[in-house]
Amino acid sequence: MNVETIDQIIDNHQCEAGSLIQILLDIQSENHWLPKEALERVSEKLRVPLSQIQHITTFYKSFSLVPKGRHEVHVCVGTACHVRGAQRVLDTVQDQIGIKPGETDVDLKFSLETVNCLGCCALGPVMVVDGEYHGNIAPARIEETLKNYE
Amino acid sequence: MSEVLLQIDGKEVSAIEGATILEAARSVGIIIPTLCHHEKLEPYGGCRICSVEVDVRGRTSVVASCLFPVEKDLVVRTVSKKLDRIRKSLLEMMLAHAPDSEQLQVLAQEYGADRERFGKEASFCIHCGLCVRYCAEVKKKDALGFIDRGARKEICFIPEIASRECWECKECFPLCPTSALQAAFVLCKALSFPPETGSQEEVNISTLPVREQND
Ligand code: SF4
Ligand code: SF4
Ligand code: FES
Ligand code: FES
Repeated sequence: MNVETIDQIIDNHQCEAGSLIQILLDIQSENHWLPKEALERVSEKLRVPLSQIQHITTFYKSFSLVPKGRHEVHVCVGTACHVRGAQRVLDTVQDQIGIKPGETDVDLKFSLETVNCLGCCALGPVMVVDGEYHGNIAPARIEETLKNYE
Repeated sequence: MSEVLLQIDGKEVSAIEGATILEAARSVGIIIPTLCHHEKLEPYGGCRICSVEVDVRGRTSVVASCLFPVEKDLVVRTVSKKLDRIRKSLLEMMLAHAPDSEQLQVLAQEYGADRERFGKEASFCIHCGLCVRYCAEVKKKDALGFIDRGARKEICFIPEIASRECWECKECFPLCPTSALQAAFVLCKALSFPPETGSQEEVNISTLPVREQND
C-alpha cells in the first residue's frame, strides 16, 4: 500500500485523531489488512502513539495485522444456521479453497472466517463473500458461487 | 477551592473539593491498600483493591476510592466484612496470574487470601497499567502498550522505541507490582527480534515530512 493512498484516506478525515478508527477501517477495506508502515504513517500524521494504535487494532476483530485475501468469505455458524447445516457449508468451503477459518490462501485470493449470526437467520445457512449475502446456500452450489470471484 | 467535610471510618475529615477518597484518607493517616494507583499518574481504577463502602443519601455502595471524588457529608468505611471478602477474592484472582509477587503476598497475608484457590495461570501481569501509563504520562515515550483484550490482554513493547529509550531509562520496571521481570522479559524479547530495516518502503516513509514532535 503506498503512502499517497494512506495520506489520501487520512486527509478525507481531516487528519483528526478522533477519526482514528474510521481511518483504520478505511485502510482495512482498501487494502484488506493493516501493514505496519500504514500504522506508522497514521501514527505520525495524527500524532497518536503507535502503542495506542496497536491496542485498538488488536482489540477489534475487524482489523487484521496479517495479510488477507482479496475476497473475504464469512460462513455463519450461529445457532439457526447451525441447525440448517452450516457445518456442511463450512466443510465444503474449506475443501474448495483449501484453508481453515482464520486463514488466507497462498495466492491471497480468499480469507475464511466464521461468524456467529448475521441477523438474517431466515436465510440460513448463510455465506457472505465481500459483503454479498448468499442465503440458503446449498453445499452443491458453493463451488459455482466461489468461481465468480477472481 | 472550597473544603468539603466528610466522614471516614468515623473520623471527621476535611478535604479539598475534587480530591479523591483515597487522598482524603491518606491525609489523615488512614491506610487503604492500592495496587494500580500512583501519585504521578492519572487515576485508573484498574485493580479495585482500594474499594471502600460509601453511604450517599441512604444508599450504600462499593466504589474505588482512588477514583471517587469526596462529597459533602459522605460517610466512608474503609474496613468491613464485605470489603475484606472483595479484596480477598481479587487477590486470589491476581495471585493466579502472579503467584510470586511480593506485593500481592503481603496483601494476601493481611486478607487471608489463598494463593491456590484458582488454578495457576502465570502470566505475571495483573493489568494494573502502571508501566504503560508511566511511560505515556511521565516519560512521554509511549514505548509500550496493551494489546488484545479480555483474558488475552498483555503488555507489548514497540521494538523501535524500546530499543532506543528503555536501556537508558528503566524507570517503569520497579513500579510493576508483580515483578519487574515481566517487563524486562518482554523487553528482551522485543530487542532480540529487531524489526527488519532498510526495506525501500520504510525508508521512503521515514523520510517524508511530518509535523514537529511535541514533547
Ligand atoms: S523503561 Fe521504556 S517503557 Fe519504561 S518508562 Fe522508560 S522508556 Fe517507557
Ligand atoms: S507489566 Fe507490571 S506494571 Fe505493567 S501492567 Fe502488568 S503488572 Fe502492571
Ligand atoms: S444464525 Fe446465521 S444468520 Fe443468524
Ligand atoms: S488502586 Fe484504586 S482501583 Fe487500583
